[in-house]
Amino acid sequence: MDLQQNYSTTTLRSAAKGGVMKVIDLDGRVDPTTDPRLEVALVTRIYREMVRARLIDERMNALQRQGRVGFHVGAYGEEASIIASAAALRPQDWLFSCYREIGAAFWRGFELQSYLDNMFGNANDIAEGRQMPDHITARRNHFAAVSSVIGTQIINAVGFSWAAKIRKEDVVTAVYFGDGATSAADFHSGMNFAGVFKTPTVFLLRNNGWAISIPASRQSACRRLVDKALGYGVPALCCDGNDALATYATVQRAVSSAAEGKGPMLVELQTYRLGAHTTSDDPTRYRNESEVERERKYDPIRRLRLYLENLEVWSQQEDEKLIEKIHAELQAAIARAENAPRPAVASIFEKVYRDQPAHLREQQAECERGPRAR
Amino acid sequence: MNMVKALNDALRVEMRRDERVVVLGEDVGKLGGVFRVTAGLLEEFGEDRVVDTPLSEAGIVGAAIGMALYGLRPVSELEFADFVYPAMDQLVNEAAKYRYRSGGEFGCPLVVRTPMGGGIKGGLYHSQSPESLLIHNAGLKVVCPSNPYDAKGLLIGAIRDPDPVLFFEPKRVYRANEMEVPEGDYMIPLSQAKVALAGTDITLVSWGAMVEESIAAAKEIHEQGLSVEVIDLRTLWPVDIQSVVQSVQKTGRLVIVHEAPKACGFGAEIVAQICERVFLHLEAPPKRVTGWDTPFPYALENEYLPLRHRIVPALIETARYS
Ligand SMILES: Cc1ncc(C[n+]2csc(CCOP(=O)(O)OP(=O)(O)O)c2C)c(N)n1
Ligand SMILES: [Mg+2]
Repeated sequence: MDLQQNYSTTTLRSAAKGGVMKVIDLDGRVDPTTDPRLEVALVTRIYREMVRARLIDERMNALQRQGRVGFHVGAYGEEASIIASAAALRPQDWLFSCYREIGAAFWRGFELQSYLDNMFGNANDIAEGRQMPDHITARRNHFAAVSSVIGTQIINAVGFSWAAKIRKEDVVTAVYFGDGATSAADFHSGMNFAGVFKTPTVFLLRNNGWAISIPASRQSACRRLVDKALGYGVPALCCDGNDALATYATVQRAVSSAAEGKGPMLVELQTYRLGAHTTSDDPTRYRNESEVERERKYDPIRRLRLYLENLEVWSQQEDEKLIEKIHAELQAAIARAENAPRPAVASIFEKVYRDQPAHLREQQAECERGPRAR
Repeated sequence: MNMVKALNDALRVEMRRDERVVVLGEDVGKLGGVFRVTAGLLEEFGEDRVVDTPLSEAGIVGAAIGMALYGLRPVSELEFADFVYPAMDQLVNEAAKYRYRSGGEFGCPLVVRTPMGGGIKGGLYHSQSPESLLIHNAGLKVVCPSNPYDAKGLLIGAIRDPDPVLFFEPKRVYRANEMEVPEGDYMIPLSQAKVALAGTDITLVSWGAMVEESIAAAKEIHEQGLSVEVIDLRTLWPVDIQSVVQSVQKTGRLVIVHEAPKACGFGAEIVAQICERVFLHLEAPPKRVTGWDTPFPYALENEYLPLRHRIVPALIETARYS
């Protein structure tokens, strides 16, 4: 009852049914009652980054097919949920993510070259080729190191934000995770601890409808995943994650609330995975193409472009110029990453610990001395 | 038939034979598993017996334990052995101890299948070999086949076993080679090692994906006049140490090859048992060729794995020791 109240008072006023915050319709027209009235420069920047993320994805998929990179996780169709949410954080804030939110790191200044060095696992890579493609580290951009294990980052982000609270520093930590991750134990621990200790955490539940072949409806008997927050006493908001303006406004509200010392908030970003889970996946085995077709009309990039065009601040020519610029930038970065040397053998044995212990010095020497793999 | 097909066949045989056998895990239904081991089972056996679960390894194993206690024969799939850790509490504290703590009132006939090891560019979290952690926690059986024929027979053996079995599938081998696999029902009992290659000069013990590498290395040095006996453990725990003892009594020299890190790897246990039992037969220090004591790297995975380029010199060194 108490919680119920807490919950409903924090649900944004919305033109749509079911408490889902929406601003832009399919033709790019805004709902004046929910429009956050963002500055054109900001929205244009969000748009540019969304287009950039999509082109990077397309290029990585092509490189994977050509056998030039080993693997790729795309975010096709989820660009607004990733980039407009990251845009709502303040510079001092931090992000924890899974493997699909590289776009958020780009928003925070992560360099394309660093990304490609990870994709190719070369010697210039920040983690020196230790991690799989799309598993980045961007500490300088306040972005934690990505794990493949689903859900583990959620409770880590809670601890991180809690530490900032203990140190009385004005830092909010946001954590991305998928609908599948809401079934993982660390989602429970994370929400529970955050609720109890009122940590400045923003939980960004990127619900793209699928966890590989499992539909979100099979992760929980809750009608909406956002309803889970109620059980933890954590206020929650829900927005159309394919609507960049709604996403920005909703996440910004959660960030402000956390920054004001009001504790955590869960935001469900309702989006859709238009592509395969990864380049290793074949969704035609489990998903109806007609569903994907239906979802295509909610394409976040198209909607935001129409919005900008309606405002007469964006044009076809500008779009073409942007695409050309991104292609050129990509081409240069790919060439550099592809031609960089492989990591040194030492990279296997270094950074297991800060100071290399004797047994690893010994094993490194053995490996360096020994014959090479054929 | 490749290993994926052989495992699929084993599941079909058992599910047709025994209605109590159910399969549960992430993506095992419609998708047929991320490696397709459960392909077609949903269509044949229906939603009650082939269950796509929410994303929770603790849930998958914990629920399977409950089903086993009731009398079903659940076969759980964990998508990668690297994700056994979220299920460790259920495996170690529940499955492994149920029989013991109930004085035998309850048994836990459960199989947990999971792909393990490197070789597919899976990096830190799709390459690990956690077998010794599970062996160390008494109460679990641990199996790891090296080829399609054994995979089918051992999986059937594991499903019929009265105790919880961790069934590690070497994913590097999944589609690597085809071999004759009989139709229908046959079972390989657990805890029986196999001489994969007979020899007289050195005993090489391995399992999973490294058996093939070991055989290749043995054949390579055969030309130098060295005869290696390769023992494929097949079941790691309870281990068939007698097969290793007999071989070492003959050869006096022991090399162990495994992908997992060296420190506290299962190779250490084999060396210790052999030293305890037949120390005086040894003519050279036992040698381990293993993964390094580091996480499993992405780009340099072939430098990490104990492939034949590292096995051959270890065999030669052990053979020449005097
Ligand atoms: C603990 C764990 N179990 C299983 C997997 C295998 N796996 C990788 S991604 C994935 C689905 C994740 O779905 P979701 O959380 O919705 O994120 P999405 O991929 O849709 O962005 C699964 C099951 C894993 N990485 N970690
Ligand atoms: Mg998802």
